[in-house]
Amino acid sequence: MSIDAATVRKVARLARIRIEDARLEPLAAELSGILGWIEQLNEVDVEGVAPMASTEAVLLPMREDAVTDGGDAAAILANAPRAERGFFVVPKVVE
Amino acid sequence: MSGELTSQTLKQALAGLAARRFSARELAQAHLDAIAAARALNAYVLETPEQALAMAEASDARRARGEARPLDGVPLGIKDLFCTKGVRSTAGSRILGDFRPTYESTVTANLWRDGAVMLGKLNMDEFAMGSSNETSAFGPVVNPWRSRGSNRPLAPGGSSGGSAAAVAADLALGATATDTGGSIRQPASLTGTVGIKPTYGRCSRWGVVAFASSLDQAGPIAKSVEDAAILLASMSGHDPKDSTSLPVEVPDFPGFVGRSVKGLKVGVPREYRVEGMPAEIETLWAQGVEWLKDAGCEVVEVSLPHTRYALPAYYIIAPAEASSNLARYDGMRYGLRVEAPTLLDTYEATRAAGFGEEVKRRVLIGAYVLSAGYYDAYYLKAQKVRRRIADDFAAVFERVDALVTPTAPSAAFGLGETGADPVAMYLNDIFTVTVNLAGLPALSLPGGLDAQGLPLGLQLIGRSLDEGTLFQLASALEKAANFRARPEPWWRA
Repeated sequence: MSIDAATVRKVARLARIRIEDARLEPLAAELSGILGWIEQLNEVDVEGVAPMASTEAVLLPMREDAVTDGGDAAAILANAPRAERGFFVVPKVVE
Repeated sequence: MSGELTSQTLKQALAGLAARRFSARELAQAHLDAIAAARALNAYVLETPEQALAMAEASDARRARGEARPLDGVPLGIKDLFCTKGVRSTAGSRILGDFRPTYESTVTANLWRDGAVMLGKLNMDEFAMGSSNETSAFGPVVNPWRSRGSNRPLAPGGSSGGSAAAVAADLALGATATDTGGSIRQPASLTGTVGIKPTYGRCSRWGVVAFASSLDQAGPIAKSVEDAAILLASMSGHDPKDSTSLPVEVPDFPGFVGRSVKGLKVGVPREYRVEGMPAEIETLWAQGVEWLKDAGCEVVEVSLPHTRYALPAYYIIAPAEASSNLARYDGMRYGLRVEAPTLLDTYEATRAAGFGEEVKRRVLIGAYVLSAGYYDAYYLKAQKVRRRIADDFAAVFERVDALVTPTAPSAAFGLGETGADPVAMYLNDIFTVTVNLAGLPALSLPGGLDAQGLPLGLQLIGRSLDEGTLFQLASALEKAANFRARPEPWWRA
C-alpha cells in the first residue's frame, strides 16, 4: 500500500498536525516505506484467531463507586497555558 | 574517595552506608560532582542537586535513628518519562515544555518510600519513540563507550539512552527506565549495563507518560544483576490507580540471585538467528549457551515461528495506541500552546511545533491504520498476529523455563548513522519487541566485548511473572562472563 501526498494531508488533518506543503511528498514516501514493510503481515494465516488487545487474561477490576479524589482545582490548573479565576482559558470554540 | 563512591554497585553502597563508611550526603555529593563533570554525555536533562542533598540528609537522619529503609541513601537517576512532583517532566518533548506535575508516579513514589535519593531527570527519545536517543528534544545522549582508538560519538541506544549512559558512566547507582519495544534492554546491551523489563502489570504505569499503553512497562537499569533485582523489588507492586497493575505479591527478587540453576531447561529459539547478524553476536550467543550448560542447565533448540512478524505488528499496534494517547496534547490544559486564528488552527499549530519528526510519523501511521476502511486490514490483523506470537511463547514455555537470545542485532552504532531510514532504526528492536507483545519479562546483561571493544548483551526471556528465574539464570551468566570492562572516562571535564 503506498500513500500519496493527498492521503498524508487527510491523515494529518485527522491527527490535528499541520504539515507544511513541502513535507507532504517526503512524508508520503517515508510512510509508504513503513507500510510497505508492514505488508509482510499478509503472509500470516490468522484464520479463526481472536484479536489480542491486552496481555492480561483477567477482566478489568471493579472498584467501589465512591469519590476518591477532588477539590484540586489549583493543582489541575497549575500547568495551564492560560487560566483565569479557576477556569482554563481556551480559544473561542463557536464561530 | 569520590571515585570509589561512584564506581561501586548499589549493593556495595548499601553495605557502606550501613557500616557508616560514608554518609548518604557524601554519596549524593560524589554523584552530583560526577554529573556536573559529565555534561558532554548529555545524559541528564535536569539536575536536581538541592533535592538530592535534602533527600540524602533526611536519609542520614533516618539511619541515625535506626529507621533505615531498603534503599536508604541510594542516589538514582529518573527517566524523564516519570512524573515527579514539582520537578519538570518533559518525556523528551517540546510539547510538554515546562510541565511540572502536581503528583508523583507510583514507581518513583515507591523508590522514595524506600529511601532512595533523586539526582535528576534523564534524557530519552521523545515520548520513548526511538532506539538511539536521537529523537529527544534535548539532543542525543552520547554513549560513554567508544570504539577502540576512535573518537567517533556512538549512540547509547534508546529510548532509555540517558538511563543507560548514566549508569554506565557512574552518574547514578541505578536508574528507572521504561520498555515498550526494547527501550530498557537495547540501551542496556549497548552500554554494558543490566536492564530488566518485568511482566506487563508488575510495575504501575500511573504517572508514567503514556506511549503505547498495552505494551509500556517500567523497569530498572543497573550495574549488576543483583542491583537490578533490588531496584525491581522496590519499583513493583499492585497499584489500584492503574487498572492493568496486577494484584500479586512481589517476590523476594534479590533472593533468586546466586541460586543454583542446575536442572533448569533453557530454550534457544532458532528464528533469532537472522541474516546479516554480526559473527561476534553469534559467537557470544553460543558462549552464553555454553555458560548455561556449564552451570548445569539443559539447553534445547526451540521454535517461535512468528518471530519475524513481531516488529511489523508492533509498528501498527504501538503507533495506533500512541496516536490515541498523544491526542491529549492539544495545547489547552498543559504544555505548549501556539495561538492561531481558529481552534482547529491552534491544535494543528501547537502539535506541529511541539512534536518532533519521529513522533509525527508515528502519530500519522497510527491515525492512518485506525482510519475508516483500513482498521481491519491493519489494526485488527496486527492484533491477530499478536495472538500468534503470544501463542508461540505459551507453547515453548510448556517445555522450557526460559529462553536465551542476543539482546540487539549490533553493538553501539554511530550517532546519525541510521537517521535517514526509519525502518533501519526499527530493526534494532528485532529481538526485544516480541516479549512486549506477549507481556513477558526479559532481562539483558553484558556478555562480552566485540572486536572494537564495545559491549554486547545477552537476553533472557521468562514466563509471565517469573522474573525470579531470570535473576537466577542471569546471575549464573554474570558470574561466568565476569564482565569487568569499563569505558574510559573521556567525558570528564
